[in-house]
Formats: sequence, C-alpha cells, structure tokens
Amino acid sequence: MAEMTVQLVAVERRLWSGKATSVVAQTLEGEIGILPGHEPVLGQLVEGGVVRVRTTDNELVTAAVHGGFLSVTGEGVSILAEDAELSHEIDVEQARADVQNSDDVQRARAIARLRAAGHSA
Amino acid sequence: MAAQIRELRQRIRTVNSTKKITKAYELIATSRLAKAQTRVAASRPYAEEITSVLSALATASANLDHPLLTERTNSRRAGVLVVTSDKGMCGGYNANVLRAAEELLTLLRSEGKEPVLYVIGRKGMSYYKFRRRAVAGEWSGFSQLPHYINAVEAGDALVKAFVAGSDDEGDQPGPDGILGVDELHVVYTEFKSMLSQTPVAKRIAPMEVEYDPEPKRLQSVYSFEPNAETLLGALLPKYVKTRLFSALLDAAASESAARRTAMKAATDNATELVRTLSRQANQARQAQITQEISEIVGGASALTGGAGSDE
Repeated sequence: MAEMTVQLVAVERRLWSGKATSVVAQTLEGEIGILPGHEPVLGQLVEGGVVRVRTTDNELVTAAVHGGFLSVTGEGVSILAEDAELSHEIDVEQARADVQNSDDVQRARAIARLRAAGHSA
Repeated sequence: MAAQIRELRQRIRTVNSTKKITKAYELIATSRLAKAQTRVAASRPYAEEITSVLSALATASANLDHPLLTERTNSRRAGVLVVTSDKGMCGGYNANVLRAAEELLTLLRSEGKEPVLYVIGRKGMSYYKFRRRAVAGEWSGFSQLPHYINAVEAGDALVKAFVAGSDDEGDQPGPDGILGVDELHVVYTEFKSMLSQTPVAKRIAPMEVEYDPEPKRLQSVYSFEPNAETLLGALLPKYVKTRLFSALLDAAASESAARRTAMKAATDNATELVRTLSRQANQARQAQITQEISEIVGGASALTGGAGSDE
C-alpha cells in the first residue's frame, strides 16, 4: 500500500511523525484530503481545525490544530501549528469550560479540542 | 588573640553558608540548562519546516511586496529588542548583552536612525530605568522558561510598530496613532557551548529571503490554498515570532550556562577561602595554646623559683 511520511509539528515540540496512508485537514478554502502522491500544496488551516491522520497501522491520530499550515511536498506532508494537541492529551473538562469563553479565538480552539477528542461541543 | 580566632571562625561560618547558596544555584542552573537545551532541540523541527515552507513560497510567488520583506529607503527609526534575564547571579551575562545593545544603538545613531528600545527581562528594564531612557515596550517574568505565547506578545508589538512605519512627524505618533519603526533588530545571547555564550545583534525585519538557486523539479507546480500572497501575509508574522522564540530559548540556555559558570567559580572561591581562613584560625589557635603553656610554665617556674628563695 502506498504510504507517505507525515509530521505534525508545533512550535514548542514535535507531536507526531511517522508513515501514514491519508491526512484530512481543513484549509481556509475547505476540507482537503491528502493521499500518497498528492501534488505539492501549501495551505493555511482554519483557526481551531482538526487534523486526522490515518497511519499505516490503520490507527487514527487526531489533533486539534491552532494557527496552522499544511505543506505537501514530494517528500511528505508536514503540518505546522502554533499550538496543537493530540486527542489523548486534551483536557475535556477544561475544553468544555472554555467553550463558554467570551473570546472568539478561545472558543473556536475549545470547540476544536472537543471535536478532536471525540466529544460534541 | 582569642578575639582573632572568634572573628576567623565567624568568617568561616559566613563563607560556608554563602558557599551552600552558590552550590545550590549551580545545581539548579545545571538542571535548568539541560531543560533549556531540550527545549531548543524540540523547537527545531518547526523552525526548519517554516523556513523551508517560506523559501518555497517566496520562490514560487511572483510578487514579493510584503512590507516585512521590503527594504525601506530613508528609514528614520529602528526598533531594538534587548533580551536580558530576570535575575542576576549570572556573571557577565546581562552586562555583555547590554554592551552589545549599546554598540548597536551607537551604530544606528551614526546611520541617522533613532533607536526605539524594547526590553525583555527585569535586569534590562532596571538598567534603562536607572539611566532614564525611554522604553517603548517591556516584558518580563519568563527569561528562564520562555513560552511561545511570550514571543507572540513581544512579536505582535514589534510587527505592529514595523508595519505602521515611521511615517509620523517628529517624535509624536502619526495619523495611525502608532509610533512606528522602519527596522527591527534583536540583541540576545547566542548559546554556543557550556563555556561560551556570545551576545549577537540580528536584524529580523525587513528580512532577506533566500531564494533556492536550483529549484527542485516539483516546486514550480506548488498549488496554494488560498493564494500565495495571502499565505505569505499570514506566514511572515509567524516567522518573525518563530525567530523571536528561538532567540528567547537560546537566551534562556545561555543564561543558565552563564549562571552555572559564575556559581561554580563562586563555589570554588568559597572553598579556597575557607581553606585559607581555617589555616589562619588553626595557626592562631596553636599560637594561643603555645602562649598559654609558656605563661603557665613561666608562672609555675616563677612560683617554684619564688618558693625556693623563701627557704
């Protein structure tokens, strides 16, 4: 099966990297699905987006990504984020509390975190 | 004589307790340094990725007139961000970085640009406050453990001032209400090794884009979502903040390394001092004992001598 190298990097650390068969993310233009062999793309991700990576072991890696970019090159896919959290790192209680936040950015991030963790907002 | 011994013992106690403190600082700095180095390493993948993305974008995008990339003719004001520490006890760390900053300010003035100061860290803040220099922005409380959010705070203020530009008349904010600048510089301490940290001054805006001289075969067919200009506009401010963040991380590692070196020297000095003082104290103690013995012997012989003469 075709595979590609994917890395998920935030400013302060590398969240995940490995081989994957597909990546799904939301750019400003809409949802984009990347399969191995995709043409080179550079996209800006929506504020408070969710990125799903299907690994070669058929596991799903989900992350809430804030202020991110997606770059697809011949070598692989990299997702750059100012801040990002993997689904199992997300504090659901905290995110639920943040959904009530009056700040729009904070709210969008909280909703993304809940979606990435598999809860409805 | 007895007073001298007491004084020496008192000094030995003082030096020993100081030594305990410097030793503790040294150990803390060593562990902080290790942490800071891991953080520098952890931030590297993002910095490398954003740099490669940016140069790919610049190579592919035809139109590069973003304000952060354009060199301004007759720039009149230059923003200078000085990164210092919050606490002292780190040898020449702050003095060196502040001296490098002064050199840069002199250079800018000689080029006819009025420097505008931005300061990170309490040491730098008090340095400029004491000299009554105007500071356009100051941030503190994170010199040992900088987070990206701190770089964002400072970066936002700097980019805002830069984008506004020095279109203002005189020293008063212009019609846009912001006292803008035409250049951005950052002065921080670069971490070279455990023993060597050098202060450096770097210009972060307008930045120079490095074009890829031999574009890889896939680069020309990059497609952008949304268009390249919008992406460039979104990426460049983030890139500036990434540069600031890596400067902060480097400064944090340098600070810990400088503190470790300074505190190690202080601990060694204290050990040496205790050794000298103990030697002096022992000498004084022995001199006192000798004197006491000779006094007793002298006294006894005087008594026996006196008793003998009575008979």
